[in-house]
Amino acid sequence: MEPLHEEKLKKLEEKANEIRQAIIRMLVEAGSGHSAGSLGMADILAAFYFHILNHRPSEPHWPERDRLVLSNGHICPALYAVLAFAGYFPLEELGTLRKINSRLQGHPHRGSLPGIETTSGPLGCGLSQAIGMALAARLDRKKYRIYCLMSDGEQQEGNIWEAVMFAAKYRLSNLTAVIDRNNIQIDGFTENVMPLEPLREKYEAFNWQVIEIDGHNMRELVDAVNEAVAIFEKPTVIIAHTIPGKGVDFMENKFEWHGKPPNKEEAKKALEELRTLGRRIKSEHQ
Amino acid sequence: MINPNLKLNPKLFDADIEQKPTRDGYGEGLLIAGEENPNVVVLCADLIESTRCEAFAKKFPERFFECGIAEQNMATIAAGLGISGKIPFISSYAVFSPGRNWEQIRTTIAYNDSNVKIAGHHSGISVGPDGATHQATEDIVLMRSMPNMKVIVPCDAIEAKKATVAAAKIWGPVYLRFNREKTPVLTTEETSFIPGKAEIFYQSRKPQVAIIGCGPILFNALLAAQELEKEKIGVVVVNCHTIKPLDEKTIVELAKKYRAIVTVEEHQVYGGLGSAVSEVLAQKQPVPIEFVGIKNVFGESGSPAQLLEKYGIGISHIKMAVKKALKRKR
Repeated sequence: MEPLHEEKLKKLEEKANEIRQAIIRMLVEAGSGHSAGSLGMADILAAFYFHILNHRPSEPHWPERDRLVLSNGHICPALYAVLAFAGYFPLEELGTLRKINSRLQGHPHRGSLPGIETTSGPLGCGLSQAIGMALAARLDRKKYRIYCLMSDGEQQEGNIWEAVMFAAKYRLSNLTAVIDRNNIQIDGFTENVMPLEPLREKYEAFNWQVIEIDGHNMRELVDAVNEAVAIFEKPTVIIAHTIPGKGVDFMENKFEWHGKPPNKEEAKKALEELRTLGRRIKSEHQ
Repeated sequence: MINPNLKLNPKLFDADIEQKPTRDGYGEGLLIAGEENPNVVVLCADLIESTRCEAFAKKFPERFFECGIAEQNMATIAAGLGISGKIPFISSYAVFSPGRNWEQIRTTIAYNDSNVKIAGHHSGISVGPDGATHQATEDIVLMRSMPNMKVIVPCDAIEAKKATVAAAKIWGPVYLRFNREKTPVLTTEETSFIPGKAEIFYQSRKPQVAIIGCGPILFNALLAAQELEKEKIGVVVVNCHTIKPLDEKTIVELAKKYRAIVTVEEHQVYGGLGSAVSEVLAQKQPVPIEFVGIKNVFGESGSPAQLLEKYGIGISHIKMAVKKALKRKR
């Protein structure tokens, strides 16, 4: 991976801001979908697709590509926007999210759209699919890496912990997981619905390397991924502390925004806020 | 008489016919598939010996993955392997896989169109003493109802071996169903096995009813056929090992010719082979059908023979169903 220079960092932050605006436009057009998590993951996804991943948008099935598995499929508006900006498919197609005959399914479907590595939505299944890919890479002596993005809520699924045990047993150091620790899920705050803490210690007890970061600080993410790459004999999980709804003041940290889209009025307000934020990013880096 | 073209076991009706469980065929098939294709990998959930993964695990240790008692994880890991160029076989008891991990199979294998082969062992009521918790009698319908999934139920160990080898060559998700108990070896190495093709195993001189069956229980259908002949009732017995895609052409032809059908399976009558057959015939060639299978109840502990008799899939039940179908025939 290239070093992350100041100029590139600014570009990534601008990209994430554009992605957030696209997410708002997609959601209001679709009339349903998940706002908070999509906005919260925009920085992480932008950093992966525009800096971390070794991939070729014009050749989605390039065998040597790094794989990014999105386990929490409900935040796919963010993934779709990133993929479109990266050049996997035309930006105009983003307006078809959740509509009949669209390649942009309500939850991602592998095979429908270039760049989608796995079908997801039903939670708790991404990590083990990423493990399958990591095993295949090892069998084939391939150097590509596998990243799995998960939500914090889905850590409540039993399948996750079966996968966590397996990855440690097989010492899958070519696998890095990222947990979007935004503290919310549909029914409320994770610690009220079903407490996850101490999450770090849980993973450590299962023999994983754990790194905690500010999920909106792309430099921290890049450093953490570099650290994960350097660690052998263990899989790594990056617990990324994020703000759900990040960038839109009236959505931030509100679990009510987990599973609903903005209406027209709210979207207008959100886009204004994001444009202001965009101008601030520009000036801050000058 | 036995269909001479299929080169079935010449000792088919002898008392000392060779007995072997279909799961043995799976183990042998895995070895062959593993030798033929380096991309074949096997996963197991703490049942290496009883699902017959041992030989493969020994011969190809780097291609064998022990998942522990975690069938949901096994299915989803296989999904990841299957979309990365591997041909994974996942092995457990059918109640757990595809029972417990059904949604994982649906989302990450079938909808994902991942090249995974699901081996459901200890299926049916003949698992015996373990009781109803371990007797999978709903697995065929669980898998059959899923888009992209194919379903094969071998009738003996040799066919099980062939089905396993064939599954590795069929693109996409396949469900293979195996049994625990030793059962008669009906076929030989020379017997034709073509996935998706039903075969007539037995034909009386003047057949009046067609019996369509799958799995080792087919042997009971063959014994019933012999007894029925003594009572001057002629039948054909068809091995319908592939339930999906179903050999519609053969089944419609049978219905046209004999105008009465009996289906035989070690599965709930709701949703299994009988349902698949009747779905086709209701649309294309409606005829009376009688269903031999488990009738909306759970099993219990007992010996396989006792259970087959108590739960309505013994020889006497097949004979009774044939007579009923005959009565309803127009």
